[in-house]
Amino acid sequence: MRRYIARQIVQLVVVIFGISILSFGILHVIGDPVLLLLPQNAGKEEFERYRHLLGLDRPLYMQYWSFASRAVQGDFGQSWYGNAPAFRLVIERMPPTIYLTLAGLLVALLIALPLGTIAALKRHSFVDTLCTMVAVAGQALPIFWLGIMLIIVFAVQLRLLPASGYGTWQHFLMPSFCLGAALAPITMRLVRSGLIEVMSMDYIKTARAKGMLEWRVVVKHAFRNACIPVITVLGLQFGQLLGGAIITETVFAWPGVATLTVDSIRNQDFPVVQCAVVLLALLIVAVNLLVDILVGFIDPRVRAGV
Amino acid sequence: MSAVGAPSGVALGADRVAPMPAPPTGMWWRQLRRLKWGVGAGIVLLVIVLAAVLAPWISPHDPLVVDIRHRLAPPAWMTGGTQEHPLGTDQIGRDLLSRVIYGGRVSLIVGVSSVLLSSTIGILLGLAAGYFGGKVDWIIMTVVNVVLTFPFVLLALAVIAVLGPSLPNMIAVLGIAGWPIYTRVIRAETLALKEREFVTAGRALGMSHLRLIFRQILPNLVSAGVVIATLQVAQVIVLESFLSFLGLGVQPPIPAWGNMLGEGRVYMLNSWWIAAFPGAAIFVTTLVINLMGNALRDWLDPHMKL
Repeated sequence: MRRYIARQIVQLVVVIFGISILSFGILHVIGDPVLLLLPQNAGKEEFERYRHLLGLDRPLYMQYWSFASRAVQGDFGQSWYGNAPAFRLVIERMPPTIYLTLAGLLVALLIALPLGTIAALKRHSFVDTLCTMVAVAGQALPIFWLGIMLIIVFAVQLRLLPASGYGTWQHFLMPSFCLGAALAPITMRLVRSGLIEVMSMDYIKTARAKGMLEWRVVVKHAFRNACIPVITVLGLQFGQLLGGAIITETVFAWPGVATLTVDSIRNQDFPVVQCAVVLLALLIVAVNLLVDILVGFIDPRVRAGV
Repeated sequence: MSAVGAPSGVALGADRVAPMPAPPTGMWWRQLRRLKWGVGAGIVLLVIVLAAVLAPWISPHDPLVVDIRHRLAPPAWMTGGTQEHPLGTDQIGRDLLSRVIYGGRVSLIVGVSSVLLSSTIGILLGLAAGYFGGKVDWIIMTVVNVVLTFPFVLLALAVIAVLGPSLPNMIAVLGIAGWPIYTRVIRAETLALKEREFVTAGRALGMSHLRLIFRQILPNLVSAGVVIATLQVAQVIVLESFLSFLGLGVQPPIPAWGNMLGEGRVYMLNSWWIAAFPGAAIFVTTLVINLMGNALRDWLDPHMKL
């Protein structure tokens, strides 16, 4: 187990290094901060002066080093727009994003677990076909359009729910459903295929032969093993889930990291964009690591590195 | 996975694969019937593509002509709607049907070109990683892990923020962000293929690495590549429309489904159709592409793990 975790952590460090290079490169290699900061009609000397002032005339690896060593301490520079440290701005917006992600995950599980189980136990039945069709349709549904349609129906026409904003539980309903609907299809498929595979195993036959009730066989014996691929893939999908949260936030004006990022992009506020990108990526990496370790605990085969 | 067969006209005998006996015509029909969803989806997709290609001839109005007197006209079947504008008009009186037809052009161009870009990069890197193994494999797969950790949306947002929104930039971003999925699948397939007898035989005949990779291994990966590429087109179309929806993609007044949806959002309080129809177009297009991709997978290789 120790070696397993150590291997995961080495990989984590490599990935974090990659992310830092990526986010550094986005601003410093692809773009030119000075071009963005100074007005179009600024003279050539002005550009050179600013370049020197910001340390942009140094070699790239030195610039990266100073970026990385400050970033490790949580210093991503001042926001060019809001006059506050970028790090603080991003951290303040983190909780709503995390709550939304968790709520979306919960909705996805509430939809996917029962439907996937029924579909697996009653294969090729009407319910199974219906589930497959819903899943295929759900995968094609653009979240942002679904969100707008929900707003039109539930907020504008029926006046049941708030169209946007944050605060009460009513505010959570539409965004979390939106996000959950995006994640539910793949989760449902995994639950279905996982359960189908497990149900044909010998130990299930043994349990049945003992005269165990069918629901106990499913819940006590089959479900635990069917959960492993679901947890693994959900963990890997966390990045996509967060991506979905980004889309959902912009539709519902949710005050999370994503709306901050999009606003900062509009204002060309790069320290904030950079900081948000790095922190979100770190969050994803951390969750992936946790899931890997969790799966290692549940499933001894994984630990052995099979 | 069965050998698909090397391209004809190859000089060396070892490159040639015995032609598979053609299935009797009766089986063709049975297969088509089994894949009825895929065939139906293919026909719908063909209609969408034709509509986009023939847009200047079939759309009832010029998508850019402003007619302020008929602004916010509802669809024809609602009270106040006219046959002249079957889907109604937008906030400055442009015909919505024409704009939806023209909007397909942007989505399809971006979808197909960025998938061509990402599949080329992804397949080449996957072949290299799988064939050469060792350090090459480690480096490529680490980069794959880094990019996969990042939510696609976040990466696209960050790069567009620096490059500025435009059609070529968007194609580049979506193309460069989408390659890891090909690399992962192609690498796994290559690892299995390079141990097969026909590759060993080729090596024994003294074929070069390039020849082995492109003439012996690559032809067997065509079906996997085609299936992923098809499914990716749908993904890219959704992302493109999301970026345009945020105002970071195709810029108005060029009609794209995404930016129409974004503009329509402002008017959803009393004119729901402006946002509803472009979104429905995105939904239907991604749905039929997904259905077709699934059918292609079942047809080409039912055991493919995608």
